[in-house]
Amino acid sequence: MTTTNPTLPTKAETRDFSFYYGAFHALKSINLPVVEKRVTALIGPSGCGKSTLLRSFNRMHDLYPGNRYQGSIVLHPDNTNILDPKVDPIEVRMRIGMVFQKPNPFPKSIYENVAYGLKVRGESSRSVLDDKVENALRGASLWNEVKDRLHAPATALSGGQQQRLCIARCLATDPELLLFDEPTSALDPIATANIEELVTELRERVTILIVTHNMQQAARVSDYTAYMYLGELVEYGVTDDVFMRPKKKATEDYITGRFG
Amino acid sequence: MNQKELAVIRGTIRSNRRLDIIFAVAGFIALLVGVMAFVTLFAQMVYTGWERLNPDFFMNFPSRRAANAGILSAWVGSLLVMLVTAVSAVPLGVAAGVYLEEYAPKNLITDIIEINVSNLAGVPSIVYGLLALGVFVYAFGFGQSILSAGLTLGLLILPVVIVATREALRSIPIHIREGAYGVGATRWQVVRDHLVPYSTPGIMTGVIIGMSRAIGETAPIITIGALTFIAFLPPMPISGTAPFVNFEWLWSGFTVMPIQMFNWTSRPEEAFQQNAAAAGLILVFMTLMMNGVAIWLRYRLRKSISW
Repeated sequence: MTTTNPTLPTKAETRDFSFYYGAFHALKSINLPVVEKRVTALIGPSGCGKSTLLRSFNRMHDLYPGNRYQGSIVLHPDNTNILDPKVDPIEVRMRIGMVFQKPNPFPKSIYENVAYGLKVRGESSRSVLDDKVENALRGASLWNEVKDRLHAPATALSGGQQQRLCIARCLATDPELLLFDEPTSALDPIATANIEELVTELRERVTILIVTHNMQQAARVSDYTAYMYLGELVEYGVTDDVFMRPKKKATEDYITGRFG
Repeated sequence: MNQKELAVIRGTIRSNRRLDIIFAVAGFIALLVGVMAFVTLFAQMVYTGWERLNPDFFMNFPSRRAANAGILSAWVGSLLVMLVTAVSAVPLGVAAGVYLEEYAPKNLITDIIEINVSNLAGVPSIVYGLLALGVFVYAFGFGQSILSAGLTLGLLILPVVIVATREALRSIPIHIREGAYGVGATRWQVVRDHLVPYSTPGIMTGVIIGMSRAIGETAPIITIGALTFIAFLPPMPISGTAPFVNFEWLWSGFTVMPIQMFNWTSRPEEAFQQNAAAAGLILVFMTLMMNGVAIWLRYRLRKSISW
């Protein structure tokens, strides 16, 4: 594993993190830093555990029985181990937003979709909601397309717009860390380009961890890349280094397309 | 492919096709058995009871003279009993379904409860009548009232509502739930803001199926002691003076449509058979109306929900 530039603060890091689906050991002693206000990409072949790792960051696995975490995922600056059973998963999810593989807007209006996270946090002032919804939609580069039909059903939007709406839904609540789980795998090339551009813009204000199947995408949007294989973290480093000068043979085989 | 091979293939296709036709005919006959039975029954009722369908029939109490007898107490009774049934079964059934699907830990006890709920749907309705006689009529002291009848039928359709609720919840895509949990919603917030609203069309279908069954139930209602000859109406639920709404009707004696029909069919006079047929028509019509409303509501609600 390459050492990271010590001057850059980390937003989160996994320490000796293992994960089990029942008896299946899905992630093995992962040590991964997530650098603040940067984009970190997780790449690797199907089944390597990259989505599993991502979903551990907001305790999504808690929703299903038989899953077990081991080790810790520490969130800075307060050094909270978000896997600690004493830490409420709801609190974790309020701090860490997630954008899913398939756009999943609620079958409600555009406005209600973006406002939902705020309502869950008890915000009920109409003017505050209006402001935050607008800001979030602007942040997700969707405002100009939907400002005249905020109360239209979200499901009437195109796939790419729906995905940006889901990003706006996360941005509305100002997350410290934003997780993307293959956010463009269900989208066409133009919508994909829009999302990638958005991710690049967002890195100014929020730390991003993104899982992607597409290596060109990882090379385009990320600052750091982690290559995973069979539940292990094989290589981590600055994206350019990982792609141009991989240290491990396995990484090189994967990114040159000889395997995976 | 030469002519001979082609001829062989065509022969095979012909014999395969024969089975196709045989099944289509058999299936059509099977369908006719069901449809014709209903159509014949319905036509018979229309033929026999048609001339009794006039406003007086709806506005008259039962009478010793067939020509003066009407179904006023019966349809009002059915309506009020259905009201109690819906008000008791829907919240209980939905809450139980949501609990089983979303909250209950997956263990042996939950499995046993699930199997029991499914089995309850198959318990003969007379058994519910006996239970209700002991519990509602005597133990709780509700007497032979609309309240007892409504609660009995509510219990009867509870399994249907629970199963429909669970089915509807299960049909909500997993990524919608994860989206809601993902922004930090608690389980109750997910249930209240998402799962229940999105599953309303499915729940409603179950409720109406249950109600359609309940409105035709006779056995449990007779068991708890519904009267067959009622020449009065329950107290009005709404009045012109304060407090405007009262619940005295809950404690009133009553009769319902199927019991009124049963009573008339057991009379020897031909004229009463006409009354029974006419009441049967109205009962079928009430059931069809309920189903129609359900289909319409489901259509309306589904339009606004798509994934």
